[in-house]
Amino acid sequence: MTSLTLVRRIKARPSIVFDALTTPEGIACWWGPDGGPVLVAETDPQVGGRFRVRFRMLDGSEHESSGEYLEVVKPERLSMSWRWTGGVEDPGESLVEIRLRAIVEGTELTFTHSRLRDEETRRSHEQGWNGALNKLERHFLQANEAAGQT
Amino acid sequence: MVNYNERLGRTFAALVDPTRRAILARLEREDGASVSALAQPFAIKLPAVMKHLDVLDDAGLITRSKVGRTVTVQLRPEPMREAMDWLRRYERFWSMSLDRLAAYAEGKEAEVRKKRR
Repeated sequence: MTSLTLVRRIKARPSIVFDALTTPEGIACWWGPDGGPVLVAETDPQVGGRFRVRFRMLDGSEHESSGEYLEVVKPERLSMSWRWTGGVEDPGESLVEIRLRAIVEGTELTFTHSRLRDEETRRSHEQGWNGALNKLERHFLQANEAAGQT
Repeated sequence: MVNYNERLGRTFAALVDPTRRAILARLEREDGASVSALAQPFAIKLPAVMKHLDVLDDAGLITRSKVGRTVTVQLRPEPMREAMDWLRRYERFWSMSLDRLAAYAEGKEAEVRKKRR
């Protein structure tokens, strides 16, 4: 669970997808886990440039994340450091990598968010973290299976 | 949101201790075990076990019930489910975002094609 990868096939050329990923106008239209509005979108898509995005969720809570562009190769590759800012919980810095590949229908986008628990794991004094989480997951799976059987 | 974070914090704090994890693991196999049965494998005294049970109880991971003189302990999976959801939040976040990104980009592509015609 320290990284996740998602793939999307999009009926748009890579340069359009790249702009959607890196322009404030684009980001304002898609960023966030539900239909809540993007409140702030700032980008400076060049190596060493920064981004900051603030959004409100439908439950009214506001969240902000920011980071630094580490790799900007239009319209193929984009990497940035990523962390939650201005919130109560900060699980540390993670890494977002996006690859765009031209395909017949348009673009295949491969999105990876990794190092999700690196800092958290380091900060945790106890060695038991991963074990606890694995156990948790196992228990949850078993609970689901049990529920499925009834 | 604060309550949610506090709850999560309690869940993870409860799970960090090896004795408490061992107690939960035991309950996975044997739900409804008595406190004295739970205490048996550990080289610690009963009051120390009771303290661990208090922490698990505060985190909502167990419930205790008394029948006669015997206190039995039941596992409650709900906080674990919540903790799992927390771990999955990144996936939800990006999955929803990328779906909207795709819709947005496809709209832009359609606009560009329309203009060219």
